[in-house]
Amino acid sequence: MPGLIDDIAGLRNSRVWRSVFRSGSGESNLHRSLAVQQNVFLHLASVKVRRRVLKFSATWYLGTLSLGCFLILITTGILLMLYYHPSVPQAYADMKDLQFVVSAGVFLRNLHRWSAHAMVLLVFAHLFKVFYRGAYRPPREFNWVIGVVLLMLTLFLSYTGYLLPWDQLAFWAITVGSNILAAVPVLGAKIRFLILGGHTVNANALLRFYVLHCVILPLVTVLFVAIHFWRIRKDGGLYVKEKTDDRN
Amino acid sequence: MPEEKKTPEAGANSCAECNRRKFARLGLGSIAIAGAGSAVFGYEFLSPNVLYEPSPIVDAGKPDRFPQGSVTPDPQNGIYIVHGPQGIYTLQAICTHLGCLTAWKPDLGIIACPCHGSKFHIDGERFDGPAPRPLPWLKTWVDDEGNLLVDRSEPLPRREFVRI
Repeated sequence: MPGLIDDIAGLRNSRVWRSVFRSGSGESNLHRSLAVQQNVFLHLASVKVRRRVLKFSATWYLGTLSLGCFLILITTGILLMLYYHPSVPQAYADMKDLQFVVSAGVFLRNLHRWSAHAMVLLVFAHLFKVFYRGAYRPPREFNWVIGVVLLMLTLFLSYTGYLLPWDQLAFWAITVGSNILAAVPVLGAKIRFLILGGHTVNANALLRFYVLHCVILPLVTVLFVAIHFWRIRKDGGLYVKEKTDDRN
Repeated sequence: MPEEKKTPEAGANSCAECNRRKFARLGLGSIAIAGAGSAVFGYEFLSPNVLYEPSPIVDAGKPDRFPQGSVTPDPQNGIYIVHGPQGIYTLQAICTHLGCLTAWKPDLGIIACPCHGSKFHIDGERFDGPAPRPLPWLKTWVDDEGNLLVDRSEPLPRREFVRI
């Protein structure tokens, strides 16, 4: 065992390793901080957190669970894209193939669907938890705004994904939804026309919703998620109530 | 002498400042013009010029297919062809609430929407549910070959019947 640890330490001090991870090994606070700060992914997060923030009761982990759902949705979504054609003659049949023909297709499709439902639920729960804890108050008010944008993006992702199975439920839900959109004053009918790419829910609408669902909305969501996490650090970490006793 | 020295310096500074401002203005102006152009181009691009949608004009066949007192739903085309006492007319079957396809209930003699419960009389007038307007009447006529045609694109401003 000591040999292995020495090998790892040697590896971490090697030139190749140091060219990728510049902070190098070390147990000092500086080394640990640098390891986080100098990593493009980790630098979104704080170098240090209070122990109380990590307790289940502080956040119920709702934000992290939302992120978990989002990551599952990206993974399963990309896999589903390999069998799904967004065209009127094929979309419904492809969805049925995923259920009955493709190996593990039904697992991936159900995982995608249930995670989508769970994500909507968790994002709402996250919003309520933040609201009732008062965690939206300054200096975190702008991160609340970003959170509302993320809620909207989650709902748009859910809505655009709803059309893709191309069954009766999907068709009529999008018919009703796009007619609700048409109730926007003055511009409503035009917005509906642009979103659907026509006057009825048809081939153009299916393709537009597919592109929105698989490309545009996920990219925008990733961007806003990154800002959301970075803002947590910039706003002084997650909100915790003032200490009422000596326990951490 | 020091004052004389200062003047050209200040002049050079203000000129640099004015160049910078000019450059920023030019840059922002160009970006604004490019942005407006992109918005117009984007709007034009996203509005399809040709739609491969079904024709709004439906050929319903010979009028004698619709006997006196009959209501014939055509869910494919989203219309009802009704032969009432005053003649034949066509109602749009798309609910005026949120666009669901309504259904003819022969046992009740009404048209009902499955989505949110709007109900209509057979002349299209609403009597229950959230629909804001009656079902529109559609232009209906007989062409030279004696076929009944319906134009679904525009609602009729007032009621018209086809008498045969």
